[in-house]
Amino acid sequence: MVAWMNWTPTVMVFFAVIVAILTVMTVYELVAPCTERKGFLPIETTRGDRLFIGLLSAAYIHLTFLAVSDITLWAALTISVIWLLILLRWG
Amino acid sequence: MNKISDNRAWWLVLPVFLLVAFSALIPLMTVVNYSVQDIFGPGQAYYVGTEWFKEVLTDQRLRDSLIRQFAFSGAVLAIQIPLGIGVALMMPKSGVKGSLCLILVAIPLLIPWNVVGTIWQIFARGDIGLFGWAINQMGMDYNYTGDTLDAWLTVLLMDVWHWTPLVALLCYSGLRAIPEAFYQAAEIDRASKWAVFRYIQLPRLKSVLIIAVLLRFMDSFMIYIEPFVLTGGGPGSSTTFLSQTLTTMAIGQFDLGRAAAFSLIYFLIVLLISWLFFTAITHADKEK
Repeated sequence: MVAWMNWTPTVMVFFAVIVAILTVMTVYELVAPCTERKGFLPIETTRGDRLFIGLLSAAYIHLTFLAVSDITLWAALTISVIWLLILLRWG
Repeated sequence: MNKISDNRAWWLVLPVFLLVAFSALIPLMTVVNYSVQDIFGPGQAYYVGTEWFKEVLTDQRLRDSLIRQFAFSGAVLAIQIPLGIGVALMMPKSGVKGSLCLILVAIPLLIPWNVVGTIWQIFARGDIGLFGWAINQMGMDYNYTGDTLDAWLTVLLMDVWHWTPLVALLCYSGLRAIPEAFYQAAEIDRASKWAVFRYIQLPRLKSVLIIAVLLRFMDSFMIYIEPFVLTGGGPGSSTTFLSQTLTTMAIGQFDLGRAAAFSLIYFLIVLLISWLFFTAITHADKEK
């Protein structure tokens, strides 16, 4: 099936990471349930909200890098990860 | 605090999850997969990384159609929301007249998209169409197949005709939900009509209006059939909106990788805007 649908390793790694993040966050939620709180974002958010905002902005960060510069995407990835961590901690 | 919650019911969601995975998640993953490859045919796929994304993002044709799309959706909202509120305010409150109005207003909503396109294509023609002919007879030079502005106005007018009723119906139901006591209090205070609208009706319409804006934005952002039938995207590419550009790329040119990259960007835009609206709605509910 993998060969038939032309799955590439990159995409598999990408989705594996997403699934891993979701699994870790689910387990974390079961171990220590979170409540809504207000950080530097203008709205009250749960941990899941902040993760979603982080992932969505990561997509936009990558696209912006592609659109306006020729800098390697590893830079975009680094920025995204740092931004995601900041969001999760203080957002 | 020591309540033990039983989460086993979540297993019942499993069939739905599997179905959604089969019909939505895996196809979406496939699109992601195609967006990083150049595919010529079965067994002839080449990995190209983010090249398609780069190409799509820097393509002037796509940028133009994205700007057109936002302009169109903006115009649709700017016209249809106030107009819909106005229509709803003017509709009779109850009785036979009210029912009759509801039916009349709802008729455009029942017509299929491609039929709406065909109706307007004939209606707006200068030679045999009533609308086009009448405008031309009034001395105005109107030709939606040749003039960019005319084409735009015709597509906009068609969308206003087709979808303003939805906004009007939503607002009408919102207005009917306001208790009579509010109006009586306003009458005692001798509030003007404008004050009643500004301080009673509009605030009470807030939640239906958010839904109306969301629905109208999404629909107009993904508009395809009506302009395709009416103008075919022309003259030139002046009314070629995003979905038509995408279809041309994916089906016309069979450029799967490019089209996949483009769909993902399209999807991200829709996702961001829906999320913003969703947050606005839930936030507004919380404040109550």
